[in-house]
Amino acid sequence: MELTKEEESALKGEQGEIMQMAYRILVATGEATDAERLIPIEWAHLSGVNYNTIGDAGEEFLSGISKDARVKVKTTLNPMGFDIDNVSNYGLDENFITKQLSIRNSYETMGVTPSFSCIPYEIFDIPKDGTQVAFAESNAAIHANSYDNLKTNKESSFSALASALTGKSPYSSLRKEDSPNITIRMKIKNPNELTYGMLGFFAGKVGDTSVNIFGLEEMDKRQCKAMCGGMGTSGTCAKFLFGEGDSDCEKVDFDEKEMQNIHDELNTAEKGDLITLGSPQLGLEEISDLAGKLKGRSFKKRCMIFCPRTVKEQARKIGYINELEHAGCEILSDCCTCLTPLINKDDVDAVTTNSIKGAFYLKNSTGVDVNLKSLSQIIEDETR
Amino acid sequence: MKKILVSGKVQGIVLKSEKPINFLGTVDKKTGIISDKNHDLFEKSIKDTILVFPSSVGSSVGAYTIYSIKSNNTAPLAMICKKVDLTVATGCALTNIPLITISDEEFSAIENGMKISLDTDSSNPIQYQ
Repeated sequence: MELTKEEESALKGEQGEIMQMAYRILVATGEATDAERLIPIEWAHLSGVNYNTIGDAGEEFLSGISKDARVKVKTTLNPMGFDIDNVSNYGLDENFITKQLSIRNSYETMGVTPSFSCIPYEIFDIPKDGTQVAFAESNAAIHANSYDNLKTNKESSFSALASALTGKSPYSSLRKEDSPNITIRMKIKNPNELTYGMLGFFAGKVGDTSVNIFGLEEMDKRQCKAMCGGMGTSGTCAKFLFGEGDSDCEKVDFDEKEMQNIHDELNTAEKGDLITLGSPQLGLEEISDLAGKLKGRSFKKRCMIFCPRTVKEQARKIGYINELEHAGCEILSDCCTCLTPLINKDDVDAVTTNSIKGAFYLKNSTGVDVNLKSLSQIIEDETR
Repeated sequence: MKKILVSGKVQGIVLKSEKPINFLGTVDKKTGIISDKNHDLFEKSIKDTILVFPSSVGSSVGAYTIYSIKSNNTAPLAMICKKVDLTVATGCALTNIPLITISDEEFSAIENGMKISLDTDSSNPIQYQ
């Protein structure tokens, strides 16, 4: 990769340790993505916020760099481990809370907007078409590339952080015109959000950096987010295009058999002790839809709902939060199903969810069994 | 060899996986042990190995898992893969864990348990012992 004189000097350490670290990360990112130079980006979205995922080492790292590091562009943040408004209801240990607040403080010191959301594309204005950004949250990167006409790598926590600190990112193939070498033919009729999540999970496994998907019906927001979430979980794929693609594209079917395999991989329980909705977090439209579907019904067991703080505030003003709480829901902002310490395998054997992304991390990181069901099935089976 | 992403010189025993690795959710960040029951390295420790695997997948926060295992002295000595994502590239860049990518043929030639030395400055960076 070609660097300018100024970039070379930063890499040599002449602009301090923080810049040297950031450029070392950008150079490795450039090598991995076959980029020939760095270009400016306008928005970075960071992962690596939840103390559960980054641990003591991550907390110490952020605390250390926050003494000097300052972000150069608009920078937003993924969810953390809990919602400070109701964390006292969950018996979380003091050490977790202290460490999590230290992480929050380090990011704020660096100048990061404490949005604590994995759906930045729903709560912030989308910049003009073609804008270069650096999104580390995988579902958000895929959403940005596939729906929002933005351009990003499927960044790692560190490449997005390096981009936030320098305002730059390697000019990789995904940032130019990328043409997929594989086309997935969607064969399932009448898909729900669970189907789209599994389609995304399948696409992530078979795709490289991008895939074509052919045979898709019009998707609503929930289905689209489910697909981005599923895809981000299983592979390296960072973009999908709608359509059949070139004639030399390899064609792969997504039919009952492929879907069943993924279902069998992720669905490990007949029923759950508790329900979670939101992975990715729910937006206002999904909250409104859920409140509408629940009219007069309430959950027979605990149901945790995860959304961004701004969505919770808007939903409270409109009255949805009140309705959902009446239906027995626990509303949590700033955190998400994935890797929240509020779901603990000592208290919970299995979780019912409609999220493929949630299912993967509940199973593999939280260590609980998962019962997969679509939202309409959850409402039918689990409310009265 | 295709690319050097992070340079370095080490010797060690190969731990090889035929499956991609999702560092977040598959690798315990304190012990470096693989915790995913469906993974072919389930219950194996990646500490002080030359970790050979086809590719890395999944969550962007996996880069912090690499930082954590390095801080906890449970990281591999080096990583060798066919295809590298940004999780591993940047995790290794930050922690100075040597990282190279290799071709399908070279990948097939490396077997689990082999002793190899890796020197990214050499014209023939992988030496079998």
